Amino acid sequence: MSNPASATTAKPSSSVKLVLLGEAAVGKSSLVLRFVNNDFQENKEPTIGAAFLTQKIQLSNRVIKFEIWDTAGQERFASLAPMYYRNAQAALVVYDLTKPTSLTKAKHWVAELQRQASPGIVIALVGNKLDLCAEVSNSDANTPAPSEADSEAVETEEAEATEGGDARKVPTREAKAYAEEESLLFFETSAKAGTNVSDVFRAIANAIPEKELKPGKGTGAGRGTDSAISNAAGSAGQATVNLTDRAKQQKDNCAC
Amino acid sequence: MSQHGDQVEHEVQDVSSDPHRPPLPPRPSTLSFFQDGSKPNTSSRPPTRAGLVSRATTALSVADANAFSSGSVRNLRSVSSQNISSPSRSKSASRTASETADDSSIRSLELSSEHAQEQDSIFGEAFHNKRSDDFGLDSGFLSTNEAREETELVPQVDFDQEFADVPDEHDDDELAHNLWKAKKKHFLILSAAGKPIYTRHGSDAIISSYVGIIQTIISAYTSWDNQLRSFLADDTKFVILSQTNLFLVAISTLPESEVQLRAQLDALYMQILSTLTLPTLSHIFSVRPSTDLRRPLQGTEVLLSALADSFTRGSPSTLLTSLESLRMRKAHRKIINDTMVKARVDDLLYGLIVAGGRLVSVIRPKKHSLHPGDLQLIFNMLFEAEGIKAGGGESFLPICLPGFNNRGYLYMYVSFLDVASEAVRELDIDEKIAKEDAVAIILLSANKESFEDLQSMKSYLIHELRKNGSMKVIHRAVQNGRPLPTDIVPGTALRHFLYKSKGNVQFFMPSFEAQFSDSQSRRQLFSIYGLLHASVHAKFATVKVQHMVNTTCSALAWVTPMFELYCIASAGTPRNALAQNANKVVQYIQREEERIFLIGGATF
Ligand SMILES: Nc1nc2c(ncn2[C@@H]2O[C@H](COP(=O)(O)OP(=O)(O)O)[C@@H](O)[C@H]2O)c(=O)[nH]1
Ligand SMILES: [Mg+2]
Repeated sequence: MSNPASATTAKPSSSVKLVLLGEAAVGKSSLVLRFVNNDFQENKEPTIGAAFLTQKIQLSNRVIKFEIWDTAGQERFASLAPMYYRNAQAALVVYDLTKPTSLTKAKHWVAELQRQASPGIVIALVGNKLDLCAEVSNSDANTPAPSEADSEAVETEEAEATEGGDARKVPTREAKAYAEEESLLFFETSAKAGTNVSDVFRAIANAIPEKELKPGKGTGAGRGTDSAISNAAGSAGQATVNLTDRAKQQKDNCAC
Repeated sequence: MSQHGDQVEHEVQDVSSDPHRPPLPPRPSTLSFFQDGSKPNTSSRPPTRAGLVSRATTALSVADANAFSSGSVRNLRSVSSQNISSPSRSKSASRTASETADDSSIRSLELSSEHAQEQDSIFGEAFHNKRSDDFGLDSGFLSTNEAREETELVPQVDFDQEFADVPDEHDDDELAHNLWKAKKKHFLILSAAGKPIYTRHGSDAIISSYVGIIQTIISAYTSWDNQLRSFLADDTKFVILSQTNLFLVAISTLPESEVQLRAQLDALYMQILSTLTLPTLSHIFSVRPSTDLRRPLQGTEVLLSALADSFTRGSPSTLLTSLESLRMRKAHRKIINDTMVKARVDDLLYGLIVAGGRLVSVIRPKKHSLHPGDLQLIFNMLFEAEGIKAGGGESFLPICLPGFNNRGYLYMYVSFLDVASEAVRELDIDEKIAKEDAVAIILLSANKESFEDLQSMKSYLIHELRKNGSMKVIHRAVQNGRPLPTDIVPGTALRHFLYKSKGNVQFFMPSFEAQFSDSQSRRQLFSIYGLLHASVHAKFATVKVQHMVNTTCSALAWVTPMFELYCIASAGTPRNALAQNANKVVQYIQREEERIFLIGGATF
């Protein structure tokens, strides 16, 4: 089995299956695009069904290969969600900082994950479109808004900007309190400006204990011919991560 | 298209005579290629090459052409001539023609254009009359009186303007409405209760008054127990498709027939059905007739718009309701088919390989056929819209294939590869590659848990296709592109043609290169194809060969039980030269049939 990553790096490599959930148009695909390609598109085509992508990140002591399910937020795909999160070790539940209903939807997803997903799943709550929000005056939010939270960006959005080009509708304090209550990682991001995006994935990677990681192509959902020939069958159900001290982990890794 | 052409349509159809409309638009019957076994019927391909030749004549002569019509031989040489003064009247005109001359199988149509700039903008003069002396055919063949009349034949379309956004009403009321009205083509979808569901152009505010008017007109007819199917207002054609509590409306000033616009509306409806399934669609409205369908359809708008725009540009596959295959050697295709069968996993229902928007290979279980309409739906989703391709390397989505089962979903795994280079690599997220360079591996299953199996099948398949050289074959076939008309018939005066094999439900065409590479001239080309197609598919049409002349081109439509051929040559090309060339095209395609078309797929 020639895994190019393990051939070039001495570090052990492991796969983490991650699913993105959240209302349509909050920026899930944009976060993935930023993470995978360091790119952003103003008029992103809506996702249809779900897209599967992979991306590696280097930690100090290992390489993590994320196998990412970017789901469509549309209602009619909701019934398919379980197959995407069932074996996931991590979930990114995304809402739009300028749209309060999207946080409500995010809370529903969190509840569903806690009920139905693997017990040890690492969940990150992510408020996106931080670039549309004014510079934080709020002392308990230490995720800085990018300096160019410019009016131009605001115009292109449906969200009406309030005074000073601030379209924020969900206070940091509110979402953060909820995240702490539910033991979630919490971030405010901008896929557009790139703020905090890789940090989310890094924090998730770190929140998954080393001993729980399967070496190599763990979940069988690899892309290369290698993984093709190694049978995908029998890979299901092995990705159970028991993360009892998730709250503690969260304190160590959360950027808030 | 034949399914429409064959049925007699009335502008206003009596609803009471058809109380239970079928849930699906009519589609070509499932033919031998898609079916188990090949039971030849009248419209399907005969089992042997010899049979083919003996049935579809390779010599276009008066007698042969007539052999396909039920008309008498008596009037063979008295060919009626028809002048059409305006495309909007073409339907009634052609009906008159077929009624007055229904025992003549050959009709000639005289068309001209008042747009001087079009004369040289579409068709070069390189082959103008060049070979006319080479043909010693009887001048009585297809003779007609050539009278020219000023007509607005093929309107220009400014695509930048056509596809530009209409600003919101509150910015400038009048400007917005004028821009809206300036569009050559509109597609609107509304609920039976009159709620707007989709519009290609303009916001809700702009369209609301129009939607109101349309709904009033439609329901007036409904209350008289009639169903309004189409109407004309000046040069604007309105066509309405009523399906499952929906009204789909096409409004076009382009020269398109009702049949053609209806096929486009059918394709939009199929897209909606594939998103929601029929029971869901019916249920939504039975529970609450005033439901806003936009929410359940969220995300489908982009697919509808991509489709709508492909119709506005001119879509051969929708005009001919058939697909195009990637030309390759029969032996090469067999290797690819066999490789796919070998790679298949238990949950697989259908497997497809599509390259450059053209079919390479199809595999299916023996007991399930694959409907051409379903295939077309998949093609539309994958190649007319960016959404799935832009998602990254791989996608997995529920899709209802109405021809297979309109009541439930299948699960479709799609992986895009780039064949622009010999290496054939998988796509990066959001990588934009041309339709021509994309290869899609499409695997369908009835099991929604099948992603990992289908994914491993894909990986194995690619591995094997690389190993046995098939990837190179596909790469080369895509890079070679379509042949030029002169590659097919050396020295031909033909600029372009469309050939539909009815039995295979597939079409073949040469490259658009040089003459039709820009969208403007391609639109004009398809407008002429549209006119030709309409003339041989008009109600009561008995005409099997249609010749059309205008100041920009000389064109021919030829319909037999086996095929439809539409060809276009530069202006002034004599009819007999056109006929000779048409013959040669048909000969070429019959010779190359097993390379050009995917015949018989593979089963497991
Ligand atoms: N201003 C701003 N816009 C964003 C951001 N992320 C996404 N968008 C825009 O929001 C829209 C929806 O994004 P998309 O990634 O498709 O959302 P998804 O449906 O959750 O995948 C697109 O027009 C994006 O350009 C962001 O961080 N800032
Ligand atoms: Mg998305």
